[in-house]
Amino acid sequence: MRQIVQSANTPRAFTIRKLSPSPRILVPMSVKRLRGLLLLFPALALGGCHYVLLDPSGDVARQQSDLMIASAVLMSLIIVPVLIAVGVIAWRYRASNKKAVYDAEWDHSTYLELIVWAAPLLIIIALGAMTWIGTHQLDPYRPLTRIAEGRAADVKGQPLQVEVVSLKWKWLFFYPQYGIATVNELAAPVDRPIQFKLTSSDMMDSFFVPALAGQIYTMPGMQTVLHAVINKPGDFDGFSANYSGHGFTDMRFRFHGLSPQAFEQWVAKVRAGGHDLDRTAYDQLHQPSRDEPVHYYAHYSAGLYDRILNRCVDPGQMCMSQMMAIDARAAQGAHGEMHMPADASSQAPAHDAATH
Amino acid sequence: MPNRSAFWNFLLGRLSMDALPLHNTIVVVTFIVVALGGAALLGVVTWKRQWGYLWTEWFTSIDHKKLGIMYMILATVMLFRGFADAIMMRAQQAIAFGDNMGYLPPHHYDQIFTAHGAIMIFFVAMAYIVGLMNYVMPMQIGARDVAFPFLNNFSFWLTVSGVLLFMVSLFIGDFSHAGWLGYPPVSELHQSPGPGVDYYIWGLQLSGLGTLLTGINFVVTILKMRAPGMSLMKMPMFTWTTLCTSGLIVVTFPILTATLLLLSLDRYIGTHFFTAALGGNVMMYINLIWIWGHPEVYILILPLFGVFSEIVSTFSGKRLFGYSSMVYATVSIMILSYLVWLHHFFTMGSGADVNSFFSLTTMMISIPTGAKIFNWLFTMYRGRVRFDVPMLWTMGFLFTFTIGGMTGVMLSVAPADFLLHNSLFLIAHFHNVIIGGVVFGIFAGINYWFPKAFGFRLDPFWGKCSFWFWQIGFWFAFGPLYILGLMGVTRRLSHFTDPSLQKWFIIAAFGAFLILLGILSFVMQIYVSIRHREKYAVGHDPWGGRTLEWQTSSPPPPYNFAFVPKVHERDAWTHMKESGYQRPLQGFNDIHMPKSTATGVVLSALGFVFGFAMVWYIWWLAAVSFVALIAYAIHHTFNYDRDYHVSADEVNRFEHAGNWATDPQEVRA
Repeated sequence: MRQIVQSANTPRAFTIRKLSPSPRILVPMSVKRLRGLLLLFPALALGGCHYVLLDPSGDVARQQSDLMIASAVLMSLIIVPVLIAVGVIAWRYRASNKKAVYDAEWDHSTYLELIVWAAPLLIIIALGAMTWIGTHQLDPYRPLTRIAEGRAADVKGQPLQVEVVSLKWKWLFFYPQYGIATVNELAAPVDRPIQFKLTSSDMMDSFFVPALAGQIYTMPGMQTVLHAVINKPGDFDGFSANYSGHGFTDMRFRFHGLSPQAFEQWVAKVRAGGHDLDRTAYDQLHQPSRDEPVHYYAHYSAGLYDRILNRCVDPGQMCMSQMMAIDARAAQGAHGEMHMPADASSQAPAHDAATH
Repeated sequence: MPNRSAFWNFLLGRLSMDALPLHNTIVVVTFIVVALGGAALLGVVTWKRQWGYLWTEWFTSIDHKKLGIMYMILATVMLFRGFADAIMMRAQQAIAFGDNMGYLPPHHYDQIFTAHGAIMIFFVAMAYIVGLMNYVMPMQIGARDVAFPFLNNFSFWLTVSGVLLFMVSLFIGDFSHAGWLGYPPVSELHQSPGPGVDYYIWGLQLSGLGTLLTGINFVVTILKMRAPGMSLMKMPMFTWTTLCTSGLIVVTFPILTATLLLLSLDRYIGTHFFTAALGGNVMMYINLIWIWGHPEVYILILPLFGVFSEIVSTFSGKRLFGYSSMVYATVSIMILSYLVWLHHFFTMGSGADVNSFFSLTTMMISIPTGAKIFNWLFTMYRGRVRFDVPMLWTMGFLFTFTIGGMTGVMLSVAPADFLLHNSLFLIAHFHNVIIGGVVFGIFAGINYWFPKAFGFRLDPFWGKCSFWFWQIGFWFAFGPLYILGLMGVTRRLSHFTDPSLQKWFIIAAFGAFLILLGILSFVMQIYVSIRHREKYAVGHDPWGGRTLEWQTSSPPPPYNFAFVPKVHERDAWTHMKESGYQRPLQGFNDIHMPKSTATGVVLSALGFVFGFAMVWYIWWLAAVSFVALIAYAIHHTFNYDRDYHVSADEVNRFEHAGNWATDPQEVRA
């Protein structure tokens, strides 16, 4: 089944993607056991430290981590023997060992050459197949089909929607389903799929909660999408993984994985503050700041996220989506062949009074 | 803009006393040290009346051997600078926990990591490999110089003017804080209005042009100037890798130049190539810079693969195993390296098909690289392996680089990269391959070819110290970064809140200290060897070399070969030795050689002035220096006094006086 999916307001607007489920077997089962072994070593050596990338709490990160471990194991199949062989051969054929065979002219063996090329080739074919499947299955744009191993995602239930804006140097989160917004604090109920839409006000940042899912860039005037789910309750680190100037170090937030009840309470707590994120408040937030404390907003101006994305928060500015729609109409007029969806122009956020 | 009259603004652009970082103690102390050191050096040269010698014999020389040595000296000086930055970062990250903010404010720390990366890649690694290629390649193919000797000198001095711009930024104004690749939006004017990014741009434009000219020069040299009988498949491996690297340089460096030019248009005249507004796109810069940047890392590593091939075969006393497969591997790495750039930003969100493609091409590179490792292994097999210092570095390379390759493949798996991207794991990986591959290879090459250049070998004791300090120091410095990466710690942070991480950073700082000892041992090695050069004197072929450079004397005469050698076999010099080659001692002819010229120095000095004027918006000076540069270049084309002949008598004298000893006793006598 192929279907045209239109993600609003993004340069990736018309992407054809397969929605048919890809093969379920991503990583051999043995990786699960290997993970245990792998974790054993550091655990012995360090006690308290947490290897979040080897043992994440979200299903997406876990699958990514499985692939990472599987690739390391696959590579070891060839690396370890080679490292041993380097040592053994160098020692065996040391100049002082006159017993070893010496053949200065021996420089070719078709049989060995075949092995030399075939061995890495086979490993890479195996790894390549895993990577191809994994890259498609774990494409951040792809809605989740499972929330954990053996647990399919509820197709009828709406994923939690979060709109993310990276500002200089803090994170702003909108929850359109709840009408609330927060700064530098993110929460989600466990086992409920989350759909992030992300953009940036000025800089290029990278949204990363290692325990939850792999990172994705946030870029001004562009939107990226990330699907993820958190499977364990807890308080996790989130930050920007891409350098964006002097305040970058402090561009961190907390991500709370909460039970559904606790999440409702958290939403109520955010609402209880009563603050409103209007344009003035946003302008203030937009000023560069370091180490910004957590803010809760009970309301925000409708369409604020779309305006940030389309770079038209200031009333005088034309939204990029409108500009593109005008350009597209002009192009359509000129050629008459462009297959634009009828509602392309309606993607522009309306200039209503909401922001005032 | 300082408050002063229009005249001064015209004269000095945006340059003013405020540009001097007098408030920054670290910089002031550095300046005093550099100034005193520089004054002492200049004083000694003047006192010894060596200016004339330096000018005529070195600065204006277009001899590829002297240029090679000057590149190596330049790279070593810049290694100290780049490493000083590294030590400062390690120190900052080791102490900046909790309430302790460390001793570097972010503004300064960000410049340091930018300078560290840019200097280490452009002025250390690049200068070292260009130096090695310059010195060795023409002799390996039996040539008397490169195809365009003047251009070679010009390339070197362009690199020097780039270096000078970087160094001047330390004391006048500040340096870029946008990371070593200068990503926008950080490098755009509205985020970085100061002169830092402009220093970065013009420094790289000048040296990048120099590198491009070098690439062209080497490609032509190898294709047109090989000794008779040396078909492509009889070239030494190092020459093959030099050819592939030069090919990569020719194709990719124009992209760097164009990308930086677009960025400077954004910064100087307000275009919107990479801005968020008006149709610009940040990702365009990031794509473009990596289309240059990824081949660049293969530009760095390929010549060292050549060095290791020469060393393994020489020190195993054996022909290189699988020569043709080595050549095919090198060429396929060269081609594949163009097709992988997007793996530096899988997380841009380009979609699964694109990511899979670049993921697979990246993995594919490990196939020829793996084949190479096997070939080196089988070269030692049935050999007589001598563990002299060059071979030690090679063994260190085989162990270290292989592990770096493995973590590289982990990073190439796109979904895994979503976790590992920009983490300290990535930092550990690329230092693993750059130090384990490029740096180890450079030290192997220096130890291997030093006796050729100077007629005495390097002290093995300090050489072994240097090797072990580097090797052990590397794992102390970067092992913890692998671990921290798996804990989800990202790069370029100047301060940490989680105190449990501190021990790892302290171990890493200790590793950097060990590497410092490695660098100091290298300096000691050079010093001790020069001091006792009589003791270390060797003949012209101290290692039982296999390629043509070992045929000529150590150090070689200006013309390299009195008679251009004829090549019949792959390991040409081994073949000559085996078939009872006798060096001719008479019947010499005049040898036609290129003449030294000051043009390279003059043009590059003008280029430096132009760059400096552009950085500080001194438009009149930029215009004057640019016009002067073009005019002088045109003037040079009318210089017909470009060559001379080494007379047969002189050749005769060289050939009898040179160091042709076959065993060290003979030299000492």
